[in-house]
Amino acid sequence: MNLSDVVKEFGLEVKTGSGHLDNEVTGGYVSDLLSDVLAHAEDGVLWVTLHIHQNIVAVASHKGLSGIVLVQGRQPEKDTMAKAEEEGIPIMVTGLSAFELVGRLYKAGIRGAEAH
Amino acid sequence: MALRRIKADLHVHTCLSPCSGLDMSPREVVNAALGKGLDLIGVCDHNSAENVLAVKKAGERNGLMVLGGMEVASSEEAHILVFFDDDDDLLRFQEYIYRNLEGRNDERSFGLQVIADDEDGVTGFCDRMLIAATKLPAEAIVQAARSSKGGSLVVAAHVDRESFSIIGQLGFIPPSLALDGVEVSAKMSAAELRERFPECRNYPVITGSDAHGPEDIGRRFTWFTVEDGTVVEIKKALAGRDNRKAEC
Repeated sequence: MNLSDVVKEFGLEVKTGSGHLDNEVTGGYVSDLLSDVLAHAEDGVLWVTLHIHQNIVAVASHKGLSGIVLVQGRQPEKDTMAKAEEEGIPIMVTGLSAFELVGRLYKAGIRGAEAH
Repeated sequence: MALRRIKADLHVHTCLSPCSGLDMSPREVVNAALGKGLDLIGVCDHNSAENVLAVKKAGERNGLMVLGGMEVASSEEAHILVFFDDDDDLLRFQEYIYRNLEGRNDERSFGLQVIADDEDGVTGFCDRMLIAATKLPAEAIVQAARSSKGGSLVVAAHVDRESFSIIGQLGFIPPSLALDGVEVSAKMSAAELRERFPECRNYPVITGSDAHGPEDIGRRFTWFTVEDGTVVEIKKALAGRDNRKAEC
């Protein structure tokens, strides 16, 4: 499944990186601690978070994540948007809570790592 | 020594912070601060103090007082400003932070971490991942600062912000945390902070620029009525002791 499938399936609003929606989604990761994502997220996963600070872009870029979904309708900060466009990192927004979105992603076949 | 009123911005980064540019070199920082009429700055790069001595030296040459410190990220990702009068205390504290900070910097994603001398010569690059959080809970960071030989000044950074602030990350300020004060960001006034976060009424409030570029230095500042720009004096001002005062 690639990002554009996920965007269509779950009605996500694409805020940045619209030229990179062919990124393959290899799995999912949910966390609101950047250090945790730095330590544990794997290449290609879709990151679900409520974090809107621009550092999420640097973290996603460093880890090679396929994209970031902001939950509960949270809007990325202006600096975050600019940095994400510059780095080509797709940021999407859903009105759903993290729990609800992840449940639906899981049902659609997206998985997390089983153990670290 | 007589009391005087000094204009201070205690939250200034240098080119060592991955999110700051090369234009935040020691001389540029000092010149920009003097240009804004500041008497005192606090140098606090993320999880490192490797440019403090250079800025101190450049400041001394040009008549700017400089407090040496760092902005430490706790394991909960709360940012805490820690300053020392004694450079050896600061360097020992830095060693403790480094022992608890994992990872190597990725310059492409996070930016350069430039170590400079007081003449703006580049002397090296810090290869630790300074953008990362330490393994240390906020409590441990404060305790370590307090165990230094000389005095330490500990302030919770930008507590009004949602991310990287003690209130944003922990929900409220743990009452056991021995803070000298809290810092309000450039986003709101001290009065608004006390209004929106009533728990901050229990702490002295300062404000600082959190400057990552020269143009931001001094955009926010605190007036201290003190004898000198030292940790010992600033602590007295925050506690309102001996006619010292802090106003912002």
